[in-house]
Amino acid sequence: MTMQSPEERVDLSEIRTRLAGATGQQYWRSLAEVAETREFQEFLHREFPGGAAEWDHSFSRRTFLKVMGASLALAGLTACRYQPVERIAPYVNAPEQIVPGLPLFYTSVATSRGYAQGVLVESHTGRPTFISGNPEHPASLGAADIFTQAEILTMYDPERSRQVLNNGDKSTWDAFVAAIAPHLAELRRAQGAGLHILTQTVTSPTLASQFRALQSAYPQVQWHQYEPVGYDNVRAGSQLAFGEYVDTLYHFDQAQVILALDSDFLFALPGSVRYARDFSNRRRVRRDKLESNRLYVVESTPTITGAIADHRQPLRASEIERLTRVVAQRLGVTGVNNAELPAGIPAEWLEALVEDLQQHRGTSVVIAGHNQPPVVHALVHAINQQLDNVGTTLSYIDPVEVNPGNQLESLRALTTAMQAGQVSMLVMFGGNPVYDAPVDLDFANALARVGTSVHLSLFVDETSARSTWHIPAAHFLEAWGDARAFDGTASVIQPLIEPLYGGKSAHELVATLMGQVDVNGYDIVRNFWRSRGLGGRDFDTFWHTALSKGVIEGTAAPPKQVTLQATEFPDTVAAIPADELEILFQPDPSIWDGRFANNGWLQELPKPLTKLTWDNAALIGVATAERLRLRNGDVVELRTQGRTLRVPVWIAPGHVDEAVTVYLGYGRERAGTVGTGQGVNAYRLRTSDSLWIASGQLRRTASRYELVSTQDHSSMEGREIVVSGTLAQFRSNPEHPPFFHGEHEYRSLYPDYPYDGPRSWGMVIDLSTCIGCNACVIACQAENNIPVVGKGQVANGREMHWLRIDRYYSGELDNPRVYFQPMACVHCEKAPCETVCPVAATVHDDEGINNMVYNRCVGTRYCSNNCPYKVRRFNFLQYADLDTETLKLQRNPNVTVRNRGVMEKCTYCIQRISAARIKGEQANQPVLKDGDVVTACQAACPTQGITFGNLNYPDSEVNRLKAEPLNYGVLEELNTRPRTTYLARVRNPNPAIEPDMPAGEHHGTETSPHSVIEPEMPADGHHGTE
Amino acid sequence: MATRPQIFRPGTNTLARVSIFVGALIVVEILLILIVFFRSNYWRQVHIAIDQPVNFSHQIHAGVVGMDCRYCHASVAQSSFATIPPTETCVTCHTQVKQNSPLVQPIWESLETGKPIEWVKVHDLPGFVYFNHSIHVNKGFGCTECHGRVNEMPVVWQEQALFMGWCLNCHRNPEKYIRPVEEVYNMEWVRPPNQIALGQKLVQEYNIDVNRLSNCYICHR
Repeated sequence: MTMQSPEERVDLSEIRTRLAGATGQQYWRSLAEVAETREFQEFLHREFPGGAAEWDHSFSRRTFLKVMGASLALAGLTACRYQPVERIAPYVNAPEQIVPGLPLFYTSVATSRGYAQGVLVESHTGRPTFISGNPEHPASLGAADIFTQAEILTMYDPERSRQVLNNGDKSTWDAFVAAIAPHLAELRRAQGAGLHILTQTVTSPTLASQFRALQSAYPQVQWHQYEPVGYDNVRAGSQLAFGEYVDTLYHFDQAQVILALDSDFLFALPGSVRYARDFSNRRRVRRDKLESNRLYVVESTPTITGAIADHRQPLRASEIERLTRVVAQRLGVTGVNNAELPAGIPAEWLEALVEDLQQHRGTSVVIAGHNQPPVVHALVHAINQQLDNVGTTLSYIDPVEVNPGNQLESLRALTTAMQAGQVSMLVMFGGNPVYDAPVDLDFANALARVGTSVHLSLFVDETSARSTWHIPAAHFLEAWGDARAFDGTASVIQPLIEPLYGGKSAHELVATLMGQVDVNGYDIVRNFWRSRGLGGRDFDTFWHTALSKGVIEGTAAPPKQVTLQATEFPDTVAAIPADELEILFQPDPSIWDGRFANNGWLQELPKPLTKLTWDNAALIGVATAERLRLRNGDVVELRTQGRTLRVPVWIAPGHVDEAVTVYLGYGRERAGTVGTGQGVNAYRLRTSDSLWIASGQLRRTASRYELVSTQDHSSMEGREIVVSGTLAQFRSNPEHPPFFHGEHEYRSLYPDYPYDGPRSWGMVIDLSTCIGCNACVIACQAENNIPVVGKGQVANGREMHWLRIDRYYSGELDNPRVYFQPMACVHCEKAPCETVCPVAATVHDDEGINNMVYNRCVGTRYCSNNCPYKVRRFNFLQYADLDTETLKLQRNPNVTVRNRGVMEKCTYCIQRISAARIKGEQANQPVLKDGDVVTACQAACPTQGITFGNLNYPDSEVNRLKAEPLNYGVLEELNTRPRTTYLARVRNPNPAIEPDMPAGEHHGTETSPHSVIEPEMPADGHHGTE
Repeated sequence: MATRPQIFRPGTNTLARVSIFVGALIVVEILLILIVFFRSNYWRQVHIAIDQPVNFSHQIHAGVVGMDCRYCHASVAQSSFATIPPTETCVTCHTQVKQNSPLVQPIWESLETGKPIEWVKVHDLPGFVYFNHSIHVNKGFGCTECHGRVNEMPVVWQEQALFMGWCLNCHRNPEKYIRPVEEVYNMEWVRPPNQIALGQKLVQEYNIDVNRLSNCYICHR
């Protein structure tokens, strides 16, 4: 099998030569593509490489007998009827509002990472099935990130804890309450000395008031907080700059020039979904809006923010402080030591940047990442003040967190007390410190010295296993609560279902600690808000408004006036020794700090840039790989402060040289069957004095490890399918942008169908605003019951995602430009798949949709062979889990669960179209308008980059976009007439850095999508090697 | 010269030829029988009364008492699912009528224990068929077209075999079956002699787009 063969050595220097010698703009997906390795060719020519059609799971005799036995038993049971007997259990007392067959939507907020993210949860007769964003919520505006959406799967995870455990033995909640009662009585006599609480970041006003009450009952109780991917540096930076903790709110909708210093603000912040929306609002280039904001990014690890940037420079994280200093100095910030420009940044680049910032006083913003030391944040505050940006592109508010502080020191104080045996009872609300605390604090050992430890957690994880008591936690969809969003807006967490596994909420556990028995979360949260005495208003009205809107109005934090107090900005970062590499720790783009490790959707989600699934890797730049002669999958040993970690490398074009990034969150020991043992645990190298940036050695080993990336899957014959150009080029001729080459002549042997009914569907995806965040991929997976297939299957190209995000590179290897292109079935009007299906299982309908009829499909796979877009997915095995009861509850009842042997693909969310069509026809309004049908991907997109609508409704947005000069169809030259089209990516480079080139020089002509491909063109396009 | 004794008599040749044909015929027959069997009303359970946990009679409720379908099947005009009534719907009348009848006993049991009555599904479409009641009843398609004269059924049975071809009869030619919406729940409705003319008029009036009705995605997704 292909994937087991050792990867061919890719000659990086030869690739450089090839790219340099290429005429015109080349787009490539991977080093293997440019090098034309055999493996890549295999993926190119056969969508599913050799062996993919084989059943490679040896079926043991025992399993065979078991399965056959079950089928025989079933056959016996059902013999009397042509279908198994199904029963209908109606309600005894029907709840109001529930109409069987119609979904209900409830507002709530997801708090996966501490801060509130507004959601609308779809519920079918009492079971939540789908999470989307709440348009009323400031952190969402209708969109949702991958973590929030994937929470629905976590809630139904059959491996969630179901049982109170006492030293690993099954116990009960009552036994727990009885057992800790004497301890608590003792602690109460001791004024609470010895009682310690450990939480993650808390934004819940109710929990805060409960903790205050706890403090009055046990005056000496200590409350510690720790979040492995925390914002300590950001907080300390504000302390340094203003003498107090403040949160910064960014208003990217006001910002024309943005400088991000190692800040992945489109992904990693609590307000990222909102920031992405604001950012993209200034980036939508149209015929009548010939302007765009400009983003400069200087970063170490390639991120999606760097990918959308107009100018990106790789720079080691430890050198960013110097760069910030230089920028501050050039802008006239006082108190900055002399600093010289880091070697990686060209002087004229900096010159142009500084000038651009200066020209946009009040409409620019500078932002630094959470891995940068406090002084960088303080400098950035000073720069923003200097540029008069405060009040326009950013504002300050009081911290949203209940108890802001240095979390690392808080955890250090706790472990010190634990080691000293001063902790008689430790209650941990969530979190997994045994796994994710800095390794030098040795939390696991300290935990052994605690008298009684209690861990409230969704899973029996590494920490639960070492605690005296484990209490199953209720998911946020199961318990009442509240939380505040990044801007301070408070919301009530509204549960949709009784705890599936008898979990308890944090509120209930705190109440228990205070000896309040038989109180429930609903009363606790409601009473808290009642006690706030909301302006004489009728409380029930207030409560219902809060629940129906999903936000409590008037709770957003007001802007705060602060004055810059910092007068000097001392150097903090020690230079990395010359013989060492910089080791960077970053949260994983799919599973964050490890808390989502058992979520199959997130594990299988290709990471935005590397497209790796199911693993983390040591990311290195191309030049570093060349120097060390490393190739993808080579296992290296990282060594820092005497600790070592063996990890496979992955060459990430654009990664800064002489540095290596390892994503946190992998290498879990007790995550569940999905997460346990995937990847390597980077926390083993992460010490408290270098949480983000460490230095160390990298040593090659002889071994190799199979990393699975989807970057070469579904490659479209090397044709140019991304079109991009600069704003200046677009301005020069808005009706015929020079980066398009001529009109394509449409030819077809088949007669045209008029599509003149009331509805005809189409989609437009704006590549200028696609940030590659993957939100649409997870939305599609949740909405359409798409199964998870596992790492081995992904290696064979069998991933089932209907919607994938293709990532293309162009330009130099060390700092390429990145382009994202969401790709799903484009619903060709002249669909090549339809003409080859022997059983007419895929046919066109009158609304222009390419129908895929599962019950007709016999699995010949001719259609996917003939699909030029490679968007059809085949159930090679029985991927859908038909046995696990809780997973059945999660599924969308309006979408068929596909079985083995069936082809599937994007349907434009036909279930949503059907529902809207039926509603419209019943109301005698068959012509559906904008907003009547919103596809799952469209709703989830934080930047509103996806537009879907009725082409036969003249005033629809999708029609307007299709008339834009930037609109083009991928592979239109094949006469497929795709219904999904794209708006070309328009970049806005600074002419001082990237002088305008005439379009002809800049872009190749031979394979532009708008030129007709000559019939004698060889099938493998311009990459042909034969 | 001694001739060897023949094992097969001359007639054996004929027998062999005949048996080839008969064999082929038998195979064809078996196939035909199987096809006929699997398409038969017997196999599809048409006209076979299904035992239910409660001896509920549509004949009495819908026929003799004359209750409207929608009294129990309340969501038929709003939702894909017509609704099997909750126990409390039964209770509303049976606190007044036949409270003590042993036939009504399961209702009281369900109400007391909170356990639903588990009815057996009679019209069970495959999972890949997404039938929607509301669009049918709102566009002039009567209950009896699929369910038959339920008001005459002491125990409900399937009136139609529910083959896809049968669905398409109407999806292709709705004018043959459509009736005025006011008559949808009328069990006694008979098609008038001018059905085609009336039907064509109604199809227009109700905005029924006949071309689209045979799209796959109308029912399958």
